Amino acid sequence: MTFEDLKSRLAEAAYVASDDLAMALHLALTLGRPLLLEGPAGVGKTEVAKALSATLGTRLIRLQCYEGLDAGQAIYEWNYQRQLLALRASGAESEGAVFTEDYLLKRPLLEAITQERSPVLLIDEVDRADEAFEAFLLEILAENQVSIPELGTIRATATPHVILTANGTRELSDALRRRCLYTHIDYPDREAELAILATRAPDLAPRLARQIVGVVQALRREELEKTPGIAEMLDWAAALGGLGLNDLSDDAGRVQATLVCLLKTAADRDAIPREVLDRLVGRAA
Amino acid sequence: MRATRFPARASGPAERVAGFVAHLRLNGWRLGPGDTAAAIQAMTAIDATDRDQARAALKVLLVPDRDRWDGFDALYDAYWLNAGRTRERTAPAAHVRAQATRPTLWRPHFGTEAEPEGDDVGEPDGTPDIGDGAAEGSDGRMIATRTENLSKRDLRELMDEDEIRAAEAAARRLARAIRERRIRRRRAARRGDGLDMRRILRASLATGGEPMRLYRRQRPDRPRKLTVLCDVSGSMALHARVFLAFTKGLVGAADATEAFLFHTRLMRVTPALRDHDTLRAAGRLSLMAEGFGGGTDIAANIARLTDGHAGRALGDRSLVLILSDGYCSAPPAALGAALERLSRRAGRVVWLTPAPPAAEALTARHMAAIAPRVDRVMRAATIADLAALEAEFARL
Repeated sequence: MTFEDLKSRLAEAAYVASDDLAMALHLALTLGRPLLLEGPAGVGKTEVAKALSATLGTRLIRLQCYEGLDAGQAIYEWNYQRQLLALRASGAESEGAVFTEDYLLKRPLLEAITQERSPVLLIDEVDRADEAFEAFLLEILAENQVSIPELGTIRATATPHVILTANGTRELSDALRRRCLYTHIDYPDREAELAILATRAPDLAPRLARQIVGVVQALRREELEKTPGIAEMLDWAAALGGLGLNDLSDDAGRVQATLVCLLKTAADRDAIPREVLDRLVGRAA
Repeated sequence: MRATRFPARASGPAERVAGFVAHLRLNGWRLGPGDTAAAIQAMTAIDATDRDQARAALKVLLVPDRDRWDGFDALYDAYWLNAGRTRERTAPAAHVRAQATRPTLWRPHFGTEAEPEGDDVGEPDGTPDIGDGAAEGSDGRMIATRTENLSKRDLRELMDEDEIRAAEAAARRLARAIRERRIRRRRAARRGDGLDMRRILRASLATGGEPMRLYRRQRPDRPRKLTVLCDVSGSMALHARVFLAFTKGLVGAADATEAFLFHTRLMRVTPALRDHDTLRAAGRLSLMAEGFGGGTDIAANIARLTDGHAGRALGDRSLVLILSDGYCSAPPAALGAALERLSRRAGRVVWLTPAPPAAEALTARHMAAIAPRVDRVMRAATIADLAALEAEFARL
């Protein structure tokens, strides 16, 4: 599959990828390297993994990271209760018998490397997990294997396509960065965003779509606490479509009410009163 | 930016790609031979004759973080499109520093005059001084200026060994006072490193003596994140030595510490300060502190922190320490607004000023805007003063 193929197939999966991103995915697939995506919240980092798994027709295995995530939650855990029952039932003679795969609870990382077909492994918000977890991750990313002291080393049956996302909660280690391909995704420009809106909401009138994108792009330049992302833009478009509006300047009151889709804090809502919205709509038209 | 002349005699694509990786290395990128191999391999996976594809592929492969992501295109043009000539033509006003194939680190030893030779593309490196640098007005009064002082001041002058050690020791004690509210006793936790035997046994009674559920315990210690903003503008020049060493000590004492210097710009200096070699750290700092000793716009710099670095540096368990005298070219209202936003994002904000109360007439209006918006305003001009603050930090 060439780079252009991948890009058009992502478009079929309703994901509009920039050239940089499509190239990153293409290289990640051909070189078998993990891909690290960074960028502000709401630019479609997680969506990339979903689109890729749809494109490749494989499973998407997702690991959501959080502070305090440990190996037991991410890689594997022994099913202690079952082991205990088995030991009691068998008369507690052979301890080794309970350390087999039957008693292993596979968590996302182990599951990802024991699939028959290469899945897409999404490690979401990796910077929210702590450094200790990064160390576990390195072994899996570099060697495609997991060491379980009681069982030995489990090698990957199929190399997963790994996508990591981060948005700057803390600085990632150089070791992790070095092993990954890197792409920074920013908010899309006007044309790209129009293309996204056209793919996701094809029945929207072109004039309204242009207005929506214009207003959202203008809002991103305002000083807001939470800048609206693509997901918010799509929500807003769906809301306006649902209300049956054809022009943003028609019914300013209702448009103002639908801003709940875009502005997620009280301060931001206060920052965009009716007059400001009217000005933004006027300029976007 | 350092430009490498395109190797006209390079024999094949592999050598040219290798030359590009070397060019990036020369510009301070840390790339190994493995990266070169991967870059050459990547060229086979794409249509390497398509310039856009080759650029995107190399970018994705070699860039490790955000800063370099933004800087890659310029370096790419400089190498593949011959020493950045195209860029120069499209933007003649942009100041391009070129030539000197010596690694960045050596530069302090050679001095800046040993730089360009046979350089027909960019301007010579001797950056013109804009403004006179010191934050002094024509009438002899100190005023905060917006002028960027581009002369590089060697920070090693400002740091001598003993003083550094004393300041660092004081900083370490302070950092400990801030962080050390760890609890040694384990508490019940859903996942922890120790078993809660007492609870397991008690619960096993319900299952006929079988310990079916394992309860765990853990030390509930989350270190406090410390962020230091050190003002290095002209008005702070007298205290820069002490405060820089102090900042270095704070950064060295705890992993979760971030340090920034600011004058007209804001610079993240954590990696440079973590350098174990003190002299080399000072060398790296002085490279970063272009414009060190110029004017200040504290409000804009605080805004830059909250906008750009907030995710990394702030949070509800963070303590922000601002080392500044409050000389600011922005109006007090702007400073107040910036601080307000900062204190919403950060757990605690402490303003540490070196100015004695008597010298405050000049900054009174700014200090009045600062005081109600931070958790504490403290005073310290010398290392002894800083060390004496330990008790106060412990209460924060």
